[in-house]
Amino acid sequence: MYNFDFVKPASVEDAVAALGGDEAQPLSGGMTLLPSMKQRLNAPATLVSLTGIDALKGVCRDGDMLVIGAATPHAVVARDAAADYPALAELAGQIGDPMVRNRGTIGGSLANNDPSACYPSAALASGATIVTDKREIAADDFFQGMFATALDEGEIITSVRFPIPQKAAYAKFAQPASRFALTGAFVAQYANGVRVAITGASENGVFRWSEAEAALSSNFSADALAGLAASADQMIGDLHGTPEYRAHLVGVMTRRAVAAAH
Amino acid sequence: MPKDGGIGASTKRREDVRFLTGNGRYTDDINLRGQAHAYFLRSQVAHGKINGIDTAAAEAMDGVIRVFTAKDFEGVGGMPCGWQITDKHGQPMQEPKHPILAEGKVRHVGDPVAVVIAETLEQARDAAEAIELDIEDLPAVVDMKAALAEGAPKVHDDLTSNLCYDWGFVEENKAAVEDAFAKAAHVTTLELVNQRLVANPMEPRVAVGDYDPWNDNSTLYTTSQNPHVIRLLMGAFVLGIPEHKLRVVAPDVGGGFGTKIFHYAEEAFCTFAARQLKRPVKWTSSRSEAFISDAHGRDHVTKIQLALDDANNFTAIRTETYANMGAYLSTFAPSVPTWLHGTLMAGNYRTPLIYVNVKAVFTNTVPVDAYRGAGRPEATFQLERVIDKAARELGVDPVELRRQNFIKADQFPYATPVAVEYDTGNYDATMDKMLEISDYAGFAARAEESKKRGKLRGFGIAHYIEACGIAPSNLVGQLGARAGLYESATVRVNATGSISIYTGSHSHGQGHETTFAQVVAEMIGIDAGQVEINHGDTANTPMGMGTYGSRSLAVGGSALVKATNKVINKAKKIAAHLLEASEADIELADGKFTVAGTDKSVDWAGVTLAAYVPHNYPLESMEPGLEETAFYDPSNFTYPSGAYGCEVEVDPETGEVEILAFTAADDFGNVVNPMIVEGQVHGGIAQGIGQALLERCVYDEDGQLVSGSYMDYAMPRADDLPNYTVDHSCVTPCTHNPLGVKGCGEAGAIGSPPAVINAVIDALQRGGHSHVTHIDMPASPSRVWAAMNAQ
Amino acid sequence: MTKVTLTVNGRSMSGQAEGRTLLSSFLREELGLTGTHVGCDTSQCGACVVHMDGQAVKSCTVLAQDVDGASVTTIEGMANADGSLGTIQQAFQDHHGLQCGFCTPGMVMASAALLAENPKPTEAEVRHYLEGNICRCTGYHNIVKAVMAASGQDAGGAVAAE
Repeated sequence: MYNFDFVKPASVEDAVAALGGDEAQPLSGGMTLLPSMKQRLNAPATLVSLTGIDALKGVCRDGDMLVIGAATPHAVVARDAAADYPALAELAGQIGDPMVRNRGTIGGSLANNDPSACYPSAALASGATIVTDKREIAADDFFQGMFATALDEGEIITSVRFPIPQKAAYAKFAQPASRFALTGAFVAQYANGVRVAITGASENGVFRWSEAEAALSSNFSADALAGLAASADQMIGDLHGTPEYRAHLVGVMTRRAVAAAH
Repeated sequence: MPKDGGIGASTKRREDVRFLTGNGRYTDDINLRGQAHAYFLRSQVAHGKINGIDTAAAEAMDGVIRVFTAKDFEGVGGMPCGWQITDKHGQPMQEPKHPILAEGKVRHVGDPVAVVIAETLEQARDAAEAIELDIEDLPAVVDMKAALAEGAPKVHDDLTSNLCYDWGFVEENKAAVEDAFAKAAHVTTLELVNQRLVANPMEPRVAVGDYDPWNDNSTLYTTSQNPHVIRLLMGAFVLGIPEHKLRVVAPDVGGGFGTKIFHYAEEAFCTFAARQLKRPVKWTSSRSEAFISDAHGRDHVTKIQLALDDANNFTAIRTETYANMGAYLSTFAPSVPTWLHGTLMAGNYRTPLIYVNVKAVFTNTVPVDAYRGAGRPEATFQLERVIDKAARELGVDPVELRRQNFIKADQFPYATPVAVEYDTGNYDATMDKMLEISDYAGFAARAEESKKRGKLRGFGIAHYIEACGIAPSNLVGQLGARAGLYESATVRVNATGSISIYTGSHSHGQGHETTFAQVVAEMIGIDAGQVEINHGDTANTPMGMGTYGSRSLAVGGSALVKATNKVINKAKKIAAHLLEASEADIELADGKFTVAGTDKSVDWAGVTLAAYVPHNYPLESMEPGLEETAFYDPSNFTYPSGAYGCEVEVDPETGEVEILAFTAADDFGNVVNPMIVEGQVHGGIAQGIGQALLERCVYDEDGQLVSGSYMDYAMPRADDLPNYTVDHSCVTPCTHNPLGVKGCGEAGAIGSPPAVINAVIDALQRGGHSHVTHIDMPASPSRVWAAMNAQ
Repeated sequence: MTKVTLTVNGRSMSGQAEGRTLLSSFLREELGLTGTHVGCDTSQCGACVVHMDGQAVKSCTVLAQDVDGASVTTIEGMANADGSLGTIQQAFQDHHGLQCGFCTPGMVMASAALLAENPKPTEAEVRHYLEGNICRCTGYHNIVKAVMAASGQDAGGAVAAE
């Protein structure tokens, strides 16, 4: 790793101020950032840890919303979201491994927007709102392709607001080495329709599978997806799976998520 | 048996206590006063011409002590290759120079170009980035057949081509084999890839070089399976330091699996640099660095053909294999696809005619060398796959086709057409045992049950033979080995009767400290707790060849038995003197020497004390002391064998393979510690399943390593693997070593890959995908799905 | 360099850390506790697992300065007060749940975290929980048996050692 100055502010304001410095970067768990820094692929002059800010932590119900603080570790979401939004809790419980879940945070995952990460699919399929230190961003506007988001330089996520669906589930087919999603499908049924978000498959990062949404909105059953196939165009091809295989998995995982939705 | 465990007891491992409490001492745990840190700057391109290296900026950076490049090694030898192959025309293989740091050209991603020595590792790494490398990209050769094509870029400009050797075995049999194929009633052909793997012991490699100006001695602490081999190769061939001025210590070593056999440039470098700088120099590999600097394994592309007569008897086998050597010859690389592979092509069968052709090829990739099994998994995979394919083509039961062609229990010793003689075995017995334990008879009903759940169930069978304890030295010398293959032991009995053993074998997980003590305790009849095993330090162990090839008990254990017998013989003489009896009448049992037929006795400690306090002692005819050393050079290999059964379920929607049951029935000859033997088999099976379903080292066409970390190289995890049922009750003891043991370290990795792939193919065939006759490893979900859907 | 103070295995220990100093390096190099191992650089192998404020973490992916003041338990703190092996450690020895010993500290620490959360796990839960710990020697069979035995459940077909 290149060396850097480390700061650990106790408030969002102090964090934002620290991030205003030259080459400053936020650290929120660091499960992806620190390994990339070990490879010297990332060279912040200052690393601003967000995990000392209590205001960024916790899971709470707010009417028909579940609000999760950005610095809440996956393990806490897996535990504390279970009653209100079980599919989201189950997704959090499948990220990485127990040790990663104790450190990695939802804000860190969304801000990184790894094309194979699990959380972006939940945020997008839920139509979540990403709340930052200066604004609110709809999930549909937030994810802007592999590792790209609507966040400005120095802007930090403070919380994520998930509308609680009637039914939802996440079906993940893990890449055997990294255990990230080779393809993951998050399906969420709301009063005004069904949203389906796919992670792991596309070169453009997480995306909504609109044909499946249309079919499921009129008939929420795995059968409604019969004959529906995702296109292999712009799907990721690598040593773990061809674009065709990923396109196929999009269908399989979506059907499985629908069947498992609760 | 001693009450704390002798031969045959599942004695708990004594070494576990230190490992479980954080008191292990691995090489990276060693930090010497004044130690500096080395960081290797490695090539990021697969093939390039070095036009210049400017180290001035790096040398000026904080904490930097010195920067080394190839020019600092003028007059220093290259990394030696320990085995010379003679090709089918009688010519020696092409053997390129392998410098410590790249000279003139870089030849693979990871080839070291320069080393920065600094006060801290991070300073060294910071400075390495300031080195200006002017490397001109050259086209890389990655694919073996492309590397042999006319006009292909040459990995080594001074060689005539990228062909290391073209080996024929047995060349004299070739015409007869061709003739047998011409007359065959049926020929089954299979083309397959035995993919490149990375051994990945969990402890990355580490080297700490030290120099002592007081006596001009050098010491290397290193993660090695064979410190004496490193001392010999590094001292004699690379650095020119005589053995008496060079000590190599391999302390606790965190797994090897072959890749820690070899002598590596980093070891020579740290030893050299410590002498230059007059201070200790430490290098610790990161895992990412390990992927591009540890020797890889396997990487064979093979076509095998099996000829059968009209009664389904095997009449001939011929194979053509391309074996990747990588960019340089690693220490034992040339032997793996040849003598460790060709000699096993008879398997457990009576095939009378066999011809094996191997073309070893240089490419712009990391060197390839032995990995758990080394040549024998490659042989077994081809053979057990082609037999399964033949059974399907002929519509016969794969168990029966194997049985029909097995070497039968009454046919041993059995000389194969590929130059080895199996001493003992009973393949029908191991096959029966495996089928019984795995409830093969009940498989059809289980398959039916899977079908109801929409899954495809399959059962795969493999029977393997292994050759362990490669030997004897005079024979392997004729075959091109540049080393002996004996083992050594010193048994030092202390005055009060405790025993210090010094063995040339090396334990890096195998539990020698426990099992070797069990052997000695049993022979003398004292508690194993009185016997201490020392290994891993050339300063106190006799010259030995270390641990690999499942040789430790069969060869090292035999040396230990020999030395212990020498001790017992002398002790009997002392006892005879003390008891005023004839030596011929002295019997040793339960740690007591007794005059036969009397109650006159002296205990072990009484004799050992007399040996060192020789007041009442026949000094005129015998030296005091009780310490003996023995070297043992085996007269033959040992031949473990076994039957493996794998039951899988394939998810037809995703192509995912789940292993439901895995059964191993092995014949290891006699077993000293069943618990440890079973653990060895478990670990071997896990690596074999890893190869069959998960692991794959991949280069792109430019020679960039695509699977360079655990993010892409799929290591088997706990939830990928089943429980294993292992049995070693079929015993045909080895006839030519004193313990009757055969070796168990690699068996699991040899027998399991074909069992798994045969099971996957069986599942797909039963599920109606009759067009799928082979899937290359790893049978990943993507590949299985693609195979099912290819029409 | 910044001073970092941790309570390690019940003892207050201090050392110097750069911004980039990882908890694993701090424990090994600054505090001399070499029982915690480093087997990869992508946070996957789990050889470096320690407990921090009661939670299992991969110490190679935690910055030392980030956890100043934390309470850390390492493998060196897992034995009983009299020095004898703790329950999990003893089960690993009894069931041959280790070979080369390199992954073992992380395995023991992860297993301890599992049993703290879930005192009677099923075998499948053990296998799933240990997905962040890679062992290359044992094939996991005996590790799983050891964890089951440490939880007071039948260790199944594991070898019963003397």
